[in-house]
Amino acid sequence: MLEVEGIHTFYGLSHILFGVSLRVEQGEVVCLLGRNGAGKTTTMKSIMGLTPPKQGGIRFKGEGIVGKEPYLLARKGISYVPDDRRIFADLSVGENLEIAMRKARVGEGWNKEKVYEIFPALKDIESRRGGCLSGGEQKMLAIARALMGNPELLLLDEPTEGLAPVLVHALEDQIRRLREAGLTVLLAEQNVRSALRLSDRGYIIGNGQIRYQGSIEELKENEEVRKKYLLV
Amino acid sequence: MQLGFIEEDGFQMEYVLTFGPSELACQLLVGLSRSMLLFIVTAGLSLVLGVLRVPNIAHGSLYMIGAFTAFTVSTVVGGAGGFWLSLIVAPLAVALVGLVAERILFCHLYEREHLMLLLFTFALMLILGDLVKIIWGAEYRSVTTASLLQGSFMIFGLPFPRYNLFLLIMGPLVAVALWLFVSKTKIGRISRAAAVDREMVGVLGINVSWVFATAFVIGCLLAGLGGALIAPTVSITLGMDHTIIIEAFLIVTIGGLGNMWGALIGSLIFGITHSFGVMFWPQFAIVFPYVAVVIVLLLRPRGMLKSVW
Repeated sequence: MLEVEGIHTFYGLSHILFGVSLRVEQGEVVCLLGRNGAGKTTTMKSIMGLTPPKQGGIRFKGEGIVGKEPYLLARKGISYVPDDRRIFADLSVGENLEIAMRKARVGEGWNKEKVYEIFPALKDIESRRGGCLSGGEQKMLAIARALMGNPELLLLDEPTEGLAPVLVHALEDQIRRLREAGLTVLLAEQNVRSALRLSDRGYIIGNGQIRYQGSIEELKENEEVRKKYLLV
Repeated sequence: MQLGFIEEDGFQMEYVLTFGPSELACQLLVGLSRSMLLFIVTAGLSLVLGVLRVPNIAHGSLYMIGAFTAFTVSTVVGGAGGFWLSLIVAPLAVALVGLVAERILFCHLYEREHLMLLLFTFALMLILGDLVKIIWGAEYRSVTTASLLQGSFMIFGLPFPRYNLFLLIMGPLVAVALWLFVSKTKIGRISRAAAVDREMVGVLGINVSWVFATAFVIGCLLAGLGGALIAPTVSITLGMDHTIIIEAFLIVTIGGLGNMWGALIGSLIFGITHSFGVMFWPQFAIVFPYVAVVIVLLLRPRGMLKSVW
């Protein structure tokens, strides 16, 4: 579904990604693990078109998408949940969801009620302003808002960052339910344990390059790679 | 209100003999009606500032074009019909000018720094000013309002211009319409979101460019409406763009940049202090609003209400 081939991305003059390649197949949950500053977020942003790569190719459902505007990519079926959540603080929870609503390309798709079934806590705070939510509530709202666009591919950037362990488990359950609903997910995480519980396959990124790739079992067993690139 | 005159060191000074409660109330209403006019213009400026982050110096020029267009429409059509039609045609004409300017010029410049935008809109103000001069000439023009709105009626035992009452009705109507737009329509909500984080709005699959165009056109519509509404009360002339834009920027600054309700509060402060200035110290009436601006900025440097900047 998603093929990233040797992308090089820059912030101004600084070279961030050095030929990153990865693939995500339909229905998979794939994690991208790495330390702070390893290039996880830049990879996500490159896919979403926010920091377009200068070299290399990205294909979504077989179509080249490098250089396309983010809003067009969203319409093609990619949703991005940024690590800093970026909830619209002046809008209520309900309004945050409503402005993100897009018709599903196939079937009935997501709507506010269905999203509230996955995140019941949001229904109780529907009229609260986005700026008045706790970190955990904002995370849930950011994911819920991404779902409203009826994506086929969900780019989740550090969903568990800064959450209490109880909330991490709850969020994992919710991500599992999304996967059961047929969503393909690329998950960037520092929280290795949580990511390994959720994913089918994984990549490890360090200093802007993919250092390792393999199945979850291989990742779990390969102590050396985890020590070197993940500090666990 | 009765005025008296005294001679002092050869200067003639006027002072107010009496102002009872009814004079004060009447003058307050005059100030409020001026505030409503200022609000209609500054709400447009504030919308553009808030959503597009563009300090549009040419906003005053659009207001001036609105006034001149109102003059042309009301003169060509004539009578009461001409006046009412001018209130519809002038804002639409200005909105069209705004749409063309946005699609051809502004939409390429949103990512530029504010200084560039200031210079650009300043240049646009000069160009539009010259265009107005070419089209309408440098003479003073005036618009006659509908006879329904001419003359005065008595309130608190004093005469009050009917046109001011009309402004007192129009202001709240515009405020309610704007409130409905930003809080109840999807595009209004998207505008509020785009004001804070335009990139994220794009990530949600929304073409921000058209959201900006819509907000800009509505801002221009308000400038045009303001110009058409002030047309019957002043001499329409070149230079009215400069006067209003200075006042308008002061108002949005004391209100809180980009905050629509801040524009309303700023307009009320500006209009009412001016009107009481006229009452208490006519020679220095113009100074009062500016003193109020200084006081507000000393107490609240970022404006009365929360700024989106």
